[in-house]
Amino acid sequence: MGVIYILIGASFLVAAIFLVAFIWAIRSDQYKDDYTPSVRMLHDNPPKQKSNTTD
Amino acid sequence: MELERFSYDNKIVRNFAVATLVWGIVGMLVGLVVALQLVWPDANAGEMLTFGRTRPVHTNAIIFAFVGNGIFAGVYYSLQRLLKARMFSDFLSKVNFWGWQSIIVLAAVSLLLGKTTGKEYAELEWPIDILIALVWVSFGINMLGTILKRRERHLYVAIWFYIATFVTVAMLHIVNSIEIPVSLFKSYSWYAGVQDALVQWWYGHNAVAFFLTTPYLGLMYYFIPKAANRPVYSYKLSIIHFWALIFLYIWAGPHHLLYSALPDWAQSLGTVFSIMLIAPSWGGMLNGLLTLRGAWDTVRENPVLKFMVVAVTCYGMATFEGPMMSLKSVNAISHFTDWTIGHTHVGGLGWNGFLTFGMMYWLIPKLYNTKLHSVRMANIHFWLGTLGIVFYVVPMYFAGITQSLMWKEFNPDGTLAYPNFLETVLQIKYAYAMRAFGGSLYLAGAVVMVLNLIKTAAAGSLVANEDAEAPALAKVYQAKAGSHWHRVIERRPVQMLVFSLVLVAVGGLVELVPTFLIKSNIPTISSVKPYTPLELQGRDIYIREGCYTCHSQMIRPFRSETARYGEYSKAGEFVYDHPFQWGSKRNGPDLQREGGKRNNAWHFLHLMNPRQTSTGSTMPTYEWLIKHELDTASTAAKINAMITLGVPYPEGYASQANNDLMKQAEEISADLAKADIEVPSTREIVAVIAYLQRLGTDIKVKDEVVKTAEPVQPETTPTASTDTTATVAQTGE
Repeated sequence: MGVIYILIGASFLVAAIFLVAFIWAIRSDQYKDDYTPSVRMLHDNPPKQKSNTTD
Repeated sequence: MELERFSYDNKIVRNFAVATLVWGIVGMLVGLVVALQLVWPDANAGEMLTFGRTRPVHTNAIIFAFVGNGIFAGVYYSLQRLLKARMFSDFLSKVNFWGWQSIIVLAAVSLLLGKTTGKEYAELEWPIDILIALVWVSFGINMLGTILKRRERHLYVAIWFYIATFVTVAMLHIVNSIEIPVSLFKSYSWYAGVQDALVQWWYGHNAVAFFLTTPYLGLMYYFIPKAANRPVYSYKLSIIHFWALIFLYIWAGPHHLLYSALPDWAQSLGTVFSIMLIAPSWGGMLNGLLTLRGAWDTVRENPVLKFMVVAVTCYGMATFEGPMMSLKSVNAISHFTDWTIGHTHVGGLGWNGFLTFGMMYWLIPKLYNTKLHSVRMANIHFWLGTLGIVFYVVPMYFAGITQSLMWKEFNPDGTLAYPNFLETVLQIKYAYAMRAFGGSLYLAGAVVMVLNLIKTAAAGSLVANEDAEAPALAKVYQAKAGSHWHRVIERRPVQMLVFSLVLVAVGGLVELVPTFLIKSNIPTISSVKPYTPLELQGRDIYIREGCYTCHSQMIRPFRSETARYGEYSKAGEFVYDHPFQWGSKRNGPDLQREGGKRNNAWHFLHLMNPRQTSTGSTMPTYEWLIKHELDTASTAAKINAMITLGVPYPEGYASQANNDLMKQAEEISADLAKADIEVPSTREIVAVIAYLQRLGTDIKVKDEVVKTAEPVQPETTPTASTDTTATVAQTGE
């Protein structure tokens, strides 16, 4: 059953990565505003005037 | 703030979308073939097209080709827009696309040729595993690079789901694919028996979680609001949904091994986490559905939303059913039956399939700057698909429960009511036929969709690069010029600590794992011996033919199972099994105690034509096993690989293994000759028979010793089935 420690270790490793990501998200104010991102994603803002990029 | 001009890469999205549709049709078609094979054995058309080989092609095609390309199409479209940036590298996008498609082609060909590791949903052999890792990492770099050069500070919740997908799948794939190559297309799992099973289902469960669920939840959070043109019901809930799901999902894997030889505490842990998962899953499901509150009239008009509503509903059903099935009392009935197949198809056909369809109906017109060709055709597809799901899933529930109850039914005198396994198969054949009908409805709907989308694309023209503009991201933190990079880390003690811990953990794992795994493979049951060279070769043919797709090798500690098959499985019996072959579904009986139950001649005739020995059997014929010469050239390499993995063959045994192999083969061949079956000892079938006759006998031998030690032994019938149940303590149920 030794392998279970590897799995727990690997799972904890991933969990630790996510924990760091979570702390980063909170600290960098990712979740300060928990409403407008949901509205903002609805607008894609195409440029006003035609650009010269071609297909 | 000055506006920056850039363009979104739509061509890569289109390419992935086309691949999704093509592989979707292929995967569903193979699925239909597989379904028909269970009704008409004649549909097993030759060596490369038996159920044991087509079933892995179906599962791999749907999971990695259809859903995989669906993920990439959706991610490449939404990620660019959510981050207001073009993909980090067009080159990596192309590597991702062509790399993934070549993996799919290699997978299909190698699986049909019987090149398989024998581990469900991780069947691909080691060179393809390496390719998968490389392509997956190129996808990850591309995604993370795009995140770094984003023009939108906030990471929308969908992106978090994508990141979690990338990180976790990378880890799962690598840990589960550790194997020792024997030749270019043959390897043995590094893990053995129980350990292998645990790693495999930790992978298998989390592949469902992080390949079929998290990326699709991300797509749900992008495409439902977009299609409905209204924000998600609660953005706050979506954030809680994500973090709760991520921290719970990874611990639920052992629920695939309830009542198996896995330690009890690990089983219970898996169950507890599975039950807890209902909360975030349903939070997400409700969040998706409630996005449409007050807009249900648009659902009636808009086929995109129709598909998505059914998809999310199916997600809700599957994520309620899943935890229920991981309750031990329910699992005792559902496991090894078609109930599981029904459950996975609520998820596959409903959640993944319908969300993909909805996404395609929305995406293709956008990419081609036009309108959907026919809403009517989309509606026809919707009803064909929905009815297809119903006709698929309901018969599977009936089949699963019927069969399980028949397995467990006893006569008043304590004997099995249906001692012949075949009776329980014939009873549910009608359900298999209905399932094939449901599947063909679903496939027909998908074909209608493809036609509709081809017409749609033809009516417009591809906007390969879509112009966009957005201000650059303002820098928040400016590193002091001249200060050493290390200072930045030093200023963050907590992160520094976590980082070092992670590094130490990785280092420790790399060093300790191999030795430590081999040590734990030391047998705990003294009568369990390594396979003879012939048995080992036979086992590899058993794996090649995909026998595990229908036959389990795991007798659970229930009276109904010990009465039917014999002594229940012990963890110590599997220490030399690289890979384990416990299986997950019984289309045929369990084979763990098959050894010695029947004579060699019976096995020969049964493999030649199962219907000759068992009327009505749905098993394919394996006549080529008689024609093929056994590949004895590989024996030495295989034995050496096993020695490396800690299997205690004597030193230098590899060089003389073939002598032992031939001796045992000739014995079997001579025994067959007694029953008027003339077959050269060098043919593959001899090895397969050797393996089948070995199965589970290590413990049986011990029983017989105990039996013969008893003073009076009235009648011994050596040819009759060796029933060990008399000596078995009756447990379970």
